[in-house]
Amino acid sequence: MRGSTWDVIAPNLTLLVISLVAFAAVIYALFLIGSRASVRWQGWLRYGVFLGPALLLLVVGLIYPALRTIWMSFMDKRAENFIGFDNYIWAFTIPEIQLVLRNTILWVVFVPLLSTLIGLAIAYMTDRMKSASVVKSLVFMPMAISFVGASVIWSFVYNFEPNPNDPEIGLLNAIARVVGVEPRNWLLEPPWNTFFLILVLVWIQTGFAMVILSAAMKNIPDEVVEAAMLDGASNWRRFIRVTLPMIRGTLVVVLTTITIGTLKVFDIVRTMTGGNFQTNVIANEMYAQSFRQLNYGQGSALAVILFVGVIPIIWYNVRQLRLERTER
Amino acid sequence: MANTASLRLSPLQKKRAKDIFSSPIASAAAVIIAVLWTIPTFGLLVSSIRPEQDINNSGWWTFFVNPSVSFANYEKVLFVGTGVNPPMFQYFFNSLAVTIPAVIFPITLAVFAAYALAWFEFKGRDFIFFSIFALQVVPLQLTLVPLLQLFAKGLVIGETTIIPDLGITGTYIPIWIAHTIFGLPLAIFLLHNFLRQIPRELVEAARVDGANWFTMFTKIVLPLSVPAIASFLIFQFLWVWNDLLVGLTFGAGSKSVAPMTVRLAEMVGTRGSGWEVLTAGAFISIIVPLIVFFALQRYFVRGLLAGSVKG
Repeated sequence: MRGSTWDVIAPNLTLLVISLVAFAAVIYALFLIGSRASVRWQGWLRYGVFLGPALLLLVVGLIYPALRTIWMSFMDKRAENFIGFDNYIWAFTIPEIQLVLRNTILWVVFVPLLSTLIGLAIAYMTDRMKSASVVKSLVFMPMAISFVGASVIWSFVYNFEPNPNDPEIGLLNAIARVVGVEPRNWLLEPPWNTFFLILVLVWIQTGFAMVILSAAMKNIPDEVVEAAMLDGASNWRRFIRVTLPMIRGTLVVVLTTITIGTLKVFDIVRTMTGGNFQTNVIANEMYAQSFRQLNYGQGSALAVILFVGVIPIIWYNVRQLRLERTER
Repeated sequence: MANTASLRLSPLQKKRAKDIFSSPIASAAAVIIAVLWTIPTFGLLVSSIRPEQDINNSGWWTFFVNPSVSFANYEKVLFVGTGVNPPMFQYFFNSLAVTIPAVIFPITLAVFAAYALAWFEFKGRDFIFFSIFALQVVPLQLTLVPLLQLFAKGLVIGETTIIPDLGITGTYIPIWIAHTIFGLPLAIFLLHNFLRQIPRELVEAARVDGANWFTMFTKIVLPLSVPAIASFLIFQFLWVWNDLLVGLTFGAGSKSVAPMTVRLAEMVGTRGSGWEVLTAGAFISIIVPLIVFFALQRYFVRGLLAGSVKG
């Protein structure tokens, strides 16, 4: 077995090394030419070298494909004939897809809300706590774990032992037995199974919310907090009256960032339930339509619906950025 | 802030204030949450080093009553393939081979573009910058099928071949390029924000000294942007290493280039593999990003903040 593994790795390794060397060589050559070119030449060359490659990749690899997907969403299965809005009518009228849309909405509502709330709570509780960094590191850690890895971790937590005489090896069912709840296969029963999947993403995103919000709280001037305390404000009142208003901008950024990430959730659903048992979401159905059913029209329509869900958030963020720039 | 600044607290008051903040209940709650957050990962780690028999017949928490350690799971998953599936070792290599260029390429191109957008004066600069910023949120899904077709068939409009079929499907190259494309918008945005902060005088001075646009990049811009590059490097590394969708689609189903996440997802799906292989396999795939994360957490947080905290 080891021999044949090497047979696969060797050519792959060669490709890796050659590509890296070629990349470095091209850039080195361009710089060599660029730095010796006449001033006039350089004025043009600099755009080609510095801006050209990125722009080319973005236009060919992002803008063109996005436009083509939008076009394909009005075409039939093989993307050959124009069929108008049929794919969208399909998406909004077929019960299966309505379920997919409903589930996606559940994800988009609960993941940002729960992650931000829990993250906010931890950030506030640890704001002036000693050795808070250990606590924060532990909550933050899932951010480094892949969605697939997290799916394995949580599948193990949710594991169900069909034979009631055998011990439960999944943590949740073991606890259920101890407290007298009947163990069950948590991922099989709708609608609650969707929430067990949502929990996995909340587990990952809470650390993100916590870190960002915690940094924002550190930016609140000490004087403001102390003034509130001199007024005798209770912890809760100070949180509502001082902390929350001062981090409002950041709170919105955290919520929108998590929302965008959640809309695109794919790995967790695909790995843990395969989209079965009524847990399917748009991104997974889009994958299934495009790559399993090979129905490019319907797959594209789902991708466009996903994109349309993101547009208000893009619009809001660009506006914020514009405001910020004019303030500077 | 002039009014509040005069309200200085006495040291004693300050200490009392801190006490309220670090109330034992709040601290205890924070610690409990942290423990709850860690238990699932911890359970996976403990399970992965237990003998196969134990994993499938008793909860991982019984390990502490009845400890027996075995690394057989790791040996099995790393070096023994199953049927048509090569051993995890090969996927581990693929993950590395996918990640290294998929981190280096976008960062290099992004520093270039950010330099141009921050320091070159030209018409349409703001338009390009805002467009790139907006592109950040275009979902991967929206570009997937046409981009794949570009790799597989090239681009032909009418009779004219604009991009030929390069015959690279089934190698790492489409995965590298795809990751480069998807990483560029955020990278350019973050690095641009950073480069804009470099004082203009520095640029003017260098220009007067006769430094040209290329030497200015290597002598001034590159050394100054090392911290920003480090932050984004961790970002992109975690994103690529942990990615499933790009590896799955742009790997064209080829086992010889598929990264570990693809194999792991497959293993969960079939469940033919028991928990002994799954836990060990999952741990191998998460240990690399965890090391990077704990070693470079500060840079990672800095990168996150640069991308998110505004105002």
